[in-house]
Formats: sequence, structure tokens, C-alpha cells
Amino acid sequence: MSVGAPRALASSGQKPITEILHPLSAAEEPLSVTIGGDKQEVALTNGTPVETSSPASTSSLFNRLQLDDDLEADVRDPYADSTEMRDLFVTVDDPKKHVSTMETYITYRVSTKTSRVEFDLPEYCVRRRYQDFDWLRIKLEDSQPTHLIPPLPEKFVMKGVVDRFSEEFVETRMKALDKFLKRVADHPVLSFNPHLTAFLTVKDLNKRQGLALLSKVGESVKHVAGGYKLRARPAEFCAMGEYLDTFNQKLGTIDRIAQRILKEQSEYLTELREYGGVYSSWVGSEEELRRPLEGVAGCVTTSCGALEDLGDNMSLDFLPVLREYVLYLESIKNVLRKRDQSQAEYEGRLEAAILRKQEDRTPMPLEVEKCQDKVECFNADLKADWERWQSNKRHDFKQLLTSMADRNINSYEKSQAAWESLITLLQDKQTEDKTSETN
Amino acid sequence: MRRGSEEATSVKRRMAEDGRDESVAADDDSQHTAEDGRNGLNNTMVEESPTLLRRMEICVAEAEKRSGKNAVNMQETFTVYLIETRPMDALAEGRNPAPDSLWRRYSEFELLRNYLLVSFPYIVVPPLPEKRAEFVWHKLSADNMDPDFVERRRVGLENFLLRVASHPVLSNDEILHHFLTEEHSWKEVVYETGFQAKADSRLKALSATFRVRNPDKRFMDMKHYSDELQSHTSQLLRARARVADRLYGVYKVHGNYGRVFSEWSAIEREMGDGLQSAGHHMDAYAASIDDILEEEEHYADQLKEYLFYAEALRAVCRKHELTQFELEMATQDLISKKQQHEELSTGIVRTFSFKGMTNKLFGQEAPEQREARLKLLEELIEEGEEAVKDKTVECEEHVEKAWVDVQRFKEQKDKDLREALINYAVMQVSMCKKGIQMWSNAKECFLKM
Repeated sequence: MSVGAPRALASSGQKPITEILHPLSAAEEPLSVTIGGDKQEVALTNGTPVETSSPASTSSLFNRLQLDDDLEADVRDPYADSTEMRDLFVTVDDPKKHVSTMETYITYRVSTKTSRVEFDLPEYCVRRRYQDFDWLRIKLEDSQPTHLIPPLPEKFVMKGVVDRFSEEFVETRMKALDKFLKRVADHPVLSFNPHLTAFLTVKDLNKRQGLALLSKVGESVKHVAGGYKLRARPAEFCAMGEYLDTFNQKLGTIDRIAQRILKEQSEYLTELREYGGVYSSWVGSEEELRRPLEGVAGCVTTSCGALEDLGDNMSLDFLPVLREYVLYLESIKNVLRKRDQSQAEYEGRLEAAILRKQEDRTPMPLEVEKCQDKVECFNADLKADWERWQSNKRHDFKQLLTSMADRNINSYEKSQAAWESLITLLQDKQTEDKTSETN
Repeated sequence: MRRGSEEATSVKRRMAEDGRDESVAADDDSQHTAEDGRNGLNNTMVEESPTLLRRMEICVAEAEKRSGKNAVNMQETFTVYLIETRPMDALAEGRNPAPDSLWRRYSEFELLRNYLLVSFPYIVVPPLPEKRAEFVWHKLSADNMDPDFVERRRVGLENFLLRVASHPVLSNDEILHHFLTEEHSWKEVVYETGFQAKADSRLKALSATFRVRNPDKRFMDMKHYSDELQSHTSQLLRARARVADRLYGVYKVHGNYGRVFSEWSAIEREMGDGLQSAGHHMDAYAASIDDILEEEEHYADQLKEYLFYAEALRAVCRKHELTQFELEMATQDLISKKQQHEELSTGIVRTFSFKGMTNKLFGQEAPEQREARLKLLEELIEEGEEAVKDKTVECEEHVEKAWVDVQRFKEQKDKDLREALINYAVMQVSMCKKGIQMWSNAKECFLKM
């Protein structure tokens, strides 16, 4: 079911819900609140009982949610669908060092290709530094609190410990920034965020620009009153929380194991180099054995090189991705917390309103309706994003672990080739000697 | 089937073949050049007395623990090894008689070797496997009672016997033959040879090393080479043990992946099965290092044999130093006696002598005394000349025979070590293949995630 311009999704928190046109509504009819009714009605209904609402409640909201779900279903496996669906392509590359009197920093080229009407031009090319990415992420988090925002690579690096300008560090960071931007660009809601558009197009990213937007956007979303206690979280969100905790634990363990392996491999490498050296030094006192000894020393050296490459690759490609996911998990947990808060607020207000209604028969206040909407939209967004996140995660880890296996295989293959050619060499010499002996 | 025996069998075959090859070459031998002469000597030795190994199949089949009272009447536990022998001609005829067998302790092997060292000082005597486990990496125990150590020692003892029994000179020794056939009376027979009395004292040998003036350059070079061989093999063994230790660590840590993948798979839907199976492969990978390193121990044993062989080579060189030194001493002694005689008879004092001084101080001695002394000196000179002759023969014989065996050793060493290095490369290839297999299996599981 095509929905025309996807931006019509009202679940994004850009405007207060009451101001957003229902996609199925005919014209700018103000939305009225009535109790009861079925999903055919244009108006918002509040058919929810006192208990927490579920996304599957019988209201016209249901339709909107259906749309969300359908759209999400289309992009559920972003790597399986055809790129014809995608109309926004971004890349981060070409790191350059900038030296000024105040500071030294790296900028990256951010290239955009798009056919979207929101963009004036089909192509853009701007330079951004890490700060700018950080700004974008904060903006996205603030303006889309019901969605899972992908993580950035770590912000702070100990100046003494890590060389911020080393080729490896810059490359690792750049890959992570590229991944971040791609994930945002692929997200059906986040990719339409005006902050992203500004990030991709504006030559000189004026961060104060963001403040103006913020003031408009902030109220309805940021106004999550404290002091409300959550009564019962729906089972699926409990399950999410538990999953995140356990997964976080396991990632931490895998990170520790990977680091331990790197350490052990490095120590093995040190001993192996010395071992090869002993063969080399033995050559001097031998004649007939010179060739085999030199050969063995050479193979050991080759194996050392292969092992060194393996270690470097694991440091550069494997560990950073693990750490990224740990950050991702943290941000998701934050979103879950916000969802809980939003639900708690709704319940609190509802309870108060019901008590008042019992006292003096005033109709259900509008804020309560708004809260309920908020909660249900939040739940819907979160569920949809969760599914896509799970799918992405599966793909990412499949790739991560497969390439780990490939690198190990590669390392062994290099070593095997060296040893096999030595055997051939020595055995040929042997037959050569034997034939010359008998002659 | 014990791996050691497999290798021992191939070594046996090679040694037996060597014996046969050499005798075949002798048939073609007609002209005599210097080199041919040496080869001929070798070949005729083989021809006249074919090595024991060609007549008899030898193996050290088993090891057993025994308890008994030792020399100070205390209870002790020790290991005995079963030596089995069978006549080759019976096997050649296709019969399969039951082997003759007897049990021997390590200390008896040591006794045999000491006897051979003393009785054949011009031979590079094959070494025994190490007395105590050395160059161990952490997983292996340094305990002499450890079954793996005992097994490797069994193989080493068999190797020793095969080397000795295929040696063109050593294999003919009667004591060796007794060792292989007479369990109980052997020790007495060995002691009766009085070989212990013939052993050179350490002090004598050391003194000779320092004071000898004209040792054969070839032997000096050989001695230097034996130092090099010892140094490099021991360095290699140490480095290899450290490498084994580290490699063990690397493999074992991967086993942790097995556990965490398994735990992780419990919370996943689609990824669960792939992760779980991958975890099993990681466990298998971690376990695979045990066999790999055990096989590598065989390589270490081959290196150890030559580490100990280096010492045997040095012993031959030192024997040369000793015989040369003794010859020099005897020559020197003869010269000095002749000089004394000359002085006494002519009255011309060429060199300082105490007698000369006292004569000057206290006056000449009586003519009868002088005659007696001259007579004595003449006898001593005669003895001295005999001594010099004997020592010359001893020295030259040692040089001749030792040089032959040193050449034989050199060829054997080149061949053995070359083969050991090739086998090491084969082991490395096998290890790489296993690693690739394991990771490919894991990769397949990852792809199914």
C-alpha cells in the first residue's frame, strides 16, 4: 500500500499530534476526541480501558499503525530489498588534517546523492568533522526520541594513549562515521529529519541554527513530566530490556576474549620471531643443512607476517564494531526508559482524570488523549525500529564473525603455502642429490 | 600402533638398508685411491662383520613399573623396559617366531653406554634419551614417572639400540650382544671387562686440552663444530618450548568463544543455531592444539638426540687431544732423558740440571756411580722409545679410526636433521590445514546465522 510521501507519518514527533493531519482524513478537519467508536471513523478515538494501551487497540490509530507496520515491513531487511527503493545515498571518505592556531582536527568528505524533493540539488559534497556528527546525533535524539538512533564511535580518546592522527585510528573512525550516516539515511523516519538535511547540504554548518529548530520542536516531546511511576510495562518491552542486558553482557565478554586473544597472539609472535632467528644463526656452522635451515627460518618469518596482519585486522575491524554495538545498546536502553516515562505519565494523568470525572463528571481532558497517543506512537515506533535493529544486528554480526573466520583462514593459508613450497624445494633437492649420487 | 614404533621401524629399515648399501658398494670396489681406501675400510668392515641389525630385529616393546630394594636397601619404584629380539633370517623365511625378551632398567643402558664410551674412544657413541625431562613447556610434566615421558623414553631407548646395532664397529661388540640376550649375568660380565679402570680421568683430559701443543687441526675444527651444534640445538629447544607455551595459550583462549557463543545463542531467534554450532567448532579448535603439540615433541626429541650427540663428538675430539698430549709428553720425556745421557757421558752441560749443579758445588761423583746412572738412563731411554712408539701408534690409530667415524657421523647428522626439518615442515602444513578446516566449519555456521 503506497502512502505517497512517507513524511506524512504522524508518528514523528515534529509537530504536536493534534496538528498533524490524519493520512486518511479528507481535509483540515480538526481532530475531535470522542469516546468509543470503531476504526472507520476519521476522528481519533479513545477506546482504551484504564489499563495500559497496546498498539493493537481498536482505534483509528490502528490504521496509522498499520501503515507504519506496512512501511516497516518493506524495509525490514534493508540488505535484501532492491536499491531502487532507496533514494538517498551517503558516503563518508577522504579524511584530511586541518591545522589552525587554535587546534588540529580531521575533516571528512560527506557526499550525498539523492532524488528526493526535499533536497534542492541531486548531489552534495560537504566537509564535516566529528563534532558535526555529534551535533547531528544529539539533534536526532532530541527530535526523534521514539526512535533508535545509531551510535557514533567513541568521542573521547586519551591523548597520550591513542594517536588521534594515526592512519589506523582515522580510518577506523571514518568507517564508523560512514556506517552511522548510512544507517540514518536508510531509516524511513530519521532520513527525513531536517537536521540531517542541513548536515548533508549546508556548506558551513552553523550550529546555532539548530537552536532555533530546537525551541519549536522541543515542547511536546521534551515535556515528559517526572514523578510518574510506571505500573506495568508490556511484556514485549520487558523482553527487550532483558535481551539488551544479556546481550550487553555477552558483547562485553566477547570483547574481553578478543582482546585476550590479541595479547596472546602478540606474545606468541614475539617468541616466534626469536625462534626463527635461532634457525638463521645456526646456518653459519653448517654446509649441507644450510638450505633447509634457511628455508625453515624463512617460513617462520612468513608466518610471523601473516600473524601480524591478522592481529592488525582484528584491532581495526573487529573490536571497534563490538564497541559500537555496546554504545548502541546503551542508547536503545535510554529510549526504552523514555518510553516507560511516557507511559507512566499517561497512566498518572489518566488516573487523576478518572478520579476527577467520578467527582464532577468533567469529560476526559485533552492532555490525557494526547498522552495516550504519545504512548501508542512511541510503542509503535519502538517496535518497528526494534525489528529493523534486530535485522541489522543479525546482518552486522554475521558479517563480523564471517570476516573474522576469513582472516584466520587467510593467515593459515599464507603460512601453509610457505611451508609447502619449502617441502617441495627440499624434496626436489633430495631427489636431485640421489640421482647425482648414483651417477 | 605406537607412533614411536612406526618411526623406529622406518629408521630401522633405513639403517638396515644403509648397511646393505655399503656392502653392495664394496663389491664394485676395485681400485684403491685414498678416499676409496677409507671407504673400502668402511665397506670391508661391513662386509666382514655385517651389522647386528641385519642379523637381528630389535625393539623396545614395553615399559613397566617395578618396585624393589636399591643399593642402600631402601624401597624404590623404577621403570623397566622390555627388549625383544628376533633373528632376521627367520623373518626373511617368512616364519614368525616368538621373540626372545628381557627386561632392562635405564641405569643398565647407561652402564652399557659407559662401557662403549671407554672401549671405543674413537667412535661417536650414540646418546641415550635424556635422564630427566628438560626443555619442557608448561603443559608437559617434568616428572620421570609421567606416562608420556616414559613412552618417549621407550622410543628413545629403542632408537639408541638401533643406532648401536647398525654401527659398523659397535655392532660387533660382545657386551652389546650380551646386553640384548642375557638378562641376569650381564652386569657381572661388564664389570669383569675392567672398563671402569680404563676410563680416562677428567682431570687428565682437562689438563690435556689446555696443554696440548700440536693437535690435528681437523679435530680442533670438529671440536669447535661440536660446540656450535650443542649451542644451536639447545637454543632451538628452549625457543621451541617457549613458542609451544604461547601457541597453547592462543588456542585455548579461543575455547572461551565456544562458551559465550553458546550463552548468546540462548537469547537469539534466527541466529541461535548458527552461533551454537560455531561455538562447538571453537571448542574443537581449542582442543586441537593438544595433538599438534604432542606430535611436535617428536621433533624436539630428534633435536635432543643431536644435542647429546654433540657431546659424544666432543668426547672423541678430546680423546685425540689426550692421546696427542700423551705422545707429546712421552716424546718430551725421551728427549730430556737422551739429553741427560748425553750430558752425563760427555760432561757437557747444555741445560740446567740439579745434578749438574750439585756436581759443580760438591764435586764430581765416583765413576761407578756414573756408570750405574748411565746404565739406568739407557734402560729408561729404551723404555721411553717403546713408550713413544706405543703412543704414536695409539695416537695415529685413534686419528685414523676417529676420522672415519666422524665422517660417518657427519653424513648421518646431515641426513637425519634434514629429514627432521622436512618433517617439521610437514607438521606445520598439517597444523595449518587443521586450522583452516576448523575456521571454515565455524564460518559455515556463521553464514547460517
